[in-house]
Amino acid sequence: MSEIDEGLRAELQRQGVWVTSMQELYNWGRKNSIWPLQFGLACCAIEMIATAASRYDIARFGGEVFRPSPRQADLMIVAGTVTKKMAPQIVRLYNQMPDPKYVISMGACAISGGPFKQGYNVLKGIDRYIPVDVYIPGCPPRPEALLHAFMELQRKIDSQKLTGATKAEHLTAAQPSEFPVPAFGEHDLEPPANPNVFQPPKVEREG
Amino acid sequence: MTPDPYVFIIIFIGVALVFPLIPLALAWLWRRVFQPPKPGAEKNATYECGVESIGEAQIQFRSQYYLYAIIFLIFDVEAIFLVPFAVAFTGLPVGAFIAILVFLLLLIEGLVWAWGKGCLSWAAR
Repeated sequence: MSEIDEGLRAELQRQGVWVTSMQELYNWGRKNSIWPLQFGLACCAIEMIATAASRYDIARFGGEVFRPSPRQADLMIVAGTVTKKMAPQIVRLYNQMPDPKYVISMGACAISGGPFKQGYNVLKGIDRYIPVDVYIPGCPPRPEALLHAFMELQRKIDSQKLTGATKAEHLTAAQPSEFPVPAFGEHDLEPPANPNVFQPPKVEREG
Repeated sequence: MTPDPYVFIIIFIGVALVFPLIPLALAWLWRRVFQPPKPGAEKNATYECGVESIGEAQIQFRSQYYLYAIIFLIFDVEAIFLVPFAVAFTGLPVGAFIAILVFLLLLIEGLVWAWGKGCLSWAAR
């Protein structure tokens, strides 16, 4: 389980001996078989479909198995505008995914509301309710951008530790696996954000 | 000496038992050592595309549907019989014409009987 000395590993590899640790093997298997949850919200979903199709071919990275059930999914690609009508369903789907689970916030709308930020009915970013691992800007992002986000996520999974003080968050018992689902209030979603996940940026003005 | 042919079946059953048990045991071990289980009301809830499920999934349909379906089926088949009758209508002898009329009357009588029994009204009985 402990870290392997890189020099020793290189020396052994030169002699034809390939060594690995359980953590590396586990993460290697995980990062090359990320199964996304199959759902799209708006035009970003078209780009996501293009990414899954033959030209961009997310299967090269092991992410082509789009699952129609959250029970079998590792990754949630929030692809598109999250309306306030849709936000509770997304949080509920995220809750129903088994650990470890990851979220890619795809496009300007999923990050911040995008062009609809001033609108009354659009959530100003899905990171208000669920923790997001990778943000992709763009309106919509090109398939290459989604592939880049996918590779970034793979890098993150690869670096996650199984044991020790810096082990992955989902392995700690304190890290919750489900987050409160917002309800429809009189004017807005209640609560407007989950304070454990989202802290609004503080504006500091001079003078 | 050839082994008993049933030995292979026993080996096969043994492999078939052990093969799925290994990943299950590994998963159980993994849960004990690394991954703390985090069940929850929301997580274990019925999956219904993210929407909260309402009521039970195992509901019963009323048997009245069956009555409607069987009456529909009878007249559906009758319509099929009527098509060749209509096509050959001008060249039919009197006997055949009377035979098809008797057939139609039998079915109409059945419909009247079903109507009289109240099969066509949707009132809860």
